[in-house]
Amino acid sequence: MSLATRIIPRLDIKGPNLVKGIHLEGLRVLGKPESFAKFYYEQGADELFYQDVVASLYGRNSLQDIISRTAKEVFIPLTVGGGIRNIEDISNMLQAGADKVSINTSAISNPEFISLASNIYGSSTIVICIEAIKQRDGSYIAFTDNGRNSSGREVISWAKEVEQLGAGEILLTFVDQEGSGKGFDLILARQVCDAVKIPVVIHGGAGSMQHILDATKDLPLSGVAIASLFHYDFILHNRQIEGYEEEGNIDFLKSNRSLSSIDSKSIKELKLFLLDNNVLCRIDE
Amino acid sequence: MNKPYKIAVIDYQISNMFSIKNALTVLGFDVEVTSDYSTIMSCDGAILPGVGSFPEAMKHIKELNLEASINDFIASGKPFLGICLGFQLLFDKSNEIEDTFGLGIIPGEVKHMSGLDAEIRIPHVGWNKVQRKQLPNIKNIFDPLKKINAQEYFYFIHSFYVEPADINDIYTITEYNDYSFCSSILKDNIFACQFHPEKSGRKGAEILSEIFNR
Repeated sequence: MSLATRIIPRLDIKGPNLVKGIHLEGLRVLGKPESFAKFYYEQGADELFYQDVVASLYGRNSLQDIISRTAKEVFIPLTVGGGIRNIEDISNMLQAGADKVSINTSAISNPEFISLASNIYGSSTIVICIEAIKQRDGSYIAFTDNGRNSSGREVISWAKEVEQLGAGEILLTFVDQEGSGKGFDLILARQVCDAVKIPVVIHGGAGSMQHILDATKDLPLSGVAIASLFHYDFILHNRQIEGYEEEGNIDFLKSNRSLSSIDSKSIKELKLFLLDNNVLCRIDE
Repeated sequence: MNKPYKIAVIDYQISNMFSIKNALTVLGFDVEVTSDYSTIMSCDGAILPGVGSFPEAMKHIKELNLEASINDFIASGKPFLGICLGFQLLFDKSNEIEDTFGLGIIPGEVKHMSGLDAEIRIPHVGWNKVQRKQLPNIKNIFDPLKKINAQEYFYFIHSFYVEPADINDIYTITEYNDYSFCSSILKDNIFACQFHPEKSGRKGAEILSEIFNR
């Protein structure tokens, strides 16, 4: 017996909205993040992961209000990333109600920031987000600013380095797969799991329950972060609340190629499927 | 229960106090986040929460003169809850970063989980089960897990674990791979746990209600 595999809905945030795109480009507004968060909580999500997708580009933080509203009605861990540049940013996010912060750009530009942050807040509060892009020679490089800029750092050695510096967890994003619905990069996932002893969560590419089973049954993953698969399910169940039909948004979403290759599944359906296949999951009755 | 039932969340200024405050507020409690002695003593229940490092936490507790508040509140016999680091701080000492003395209220030590098994992933982050090791005795004022069955999950996030000196203090254990550690203690009017009831959804809320709704 051991830990349940964490099923973590990922909420990409731009300003006040939940957004989703392909390869982290071409963002589409999906609705109010607070409504999605509450729905996922009630469906048995194990944690919520928020990413402010523009914060590190424009040097601002707009997530705090969303987090503090959500923390008043959602009683599972909240992890927040995007534009975390210094200790004050971490402090502000924790004060707003976040339990952990996720850092990418600032960790790459100043790796000492990882040690500083983990010494103050404890390793378990500091998640390092690694956005991996496969290179022509087969190697993987860590990118920053939502897959826009290469850090020049090779993913496996960077993963080992962040562990040494005191990171408590790695969120590994497969930028090439993100929003594609083609499945995770299991080769890279295994390499990172083998390279470090801190927990690893993967994200990017889940298009079906089978993709998630393929990853979780064989790899020592701590969790899986999922966006489109759950977002589409939310939209199907909450059309009227969010006013999609009035705005004609749903047709737009249905025709969107980022969603056409993706099954919609609720968190509960996914967890029951994983449990049936001997992957340990928490069912919230 | 005659509301308002006031709960002091003891503020030692390094933690996220808001999660526990939010969880208690939704349950209908009147919550004071405070480091003031008389405010703490005037409450019907008290919570020592905690995220952060053991030495830093003890430093703040000393600077804010909170040892007297914690000791006197516990001596009052009213319900006292320690969570995560607030659970570990009740013990004699910890070797986190450097050897540091704790509050010394529960005999035992706090150790790094790598001592259990060098191969396990640390921190222990996520949802795990708790197994009851004992039922409450005559001196216990509550049975926090009364409504919880052995299949329920709770949220953990920690790299250190406690080793109580007296096995009679152990209320639950939790398994991690092939090892198990003490995940909560129950002693008189003290319940303290390694997991976060305030972050464990509806089941966590049931524990909070059981401790304070009497």
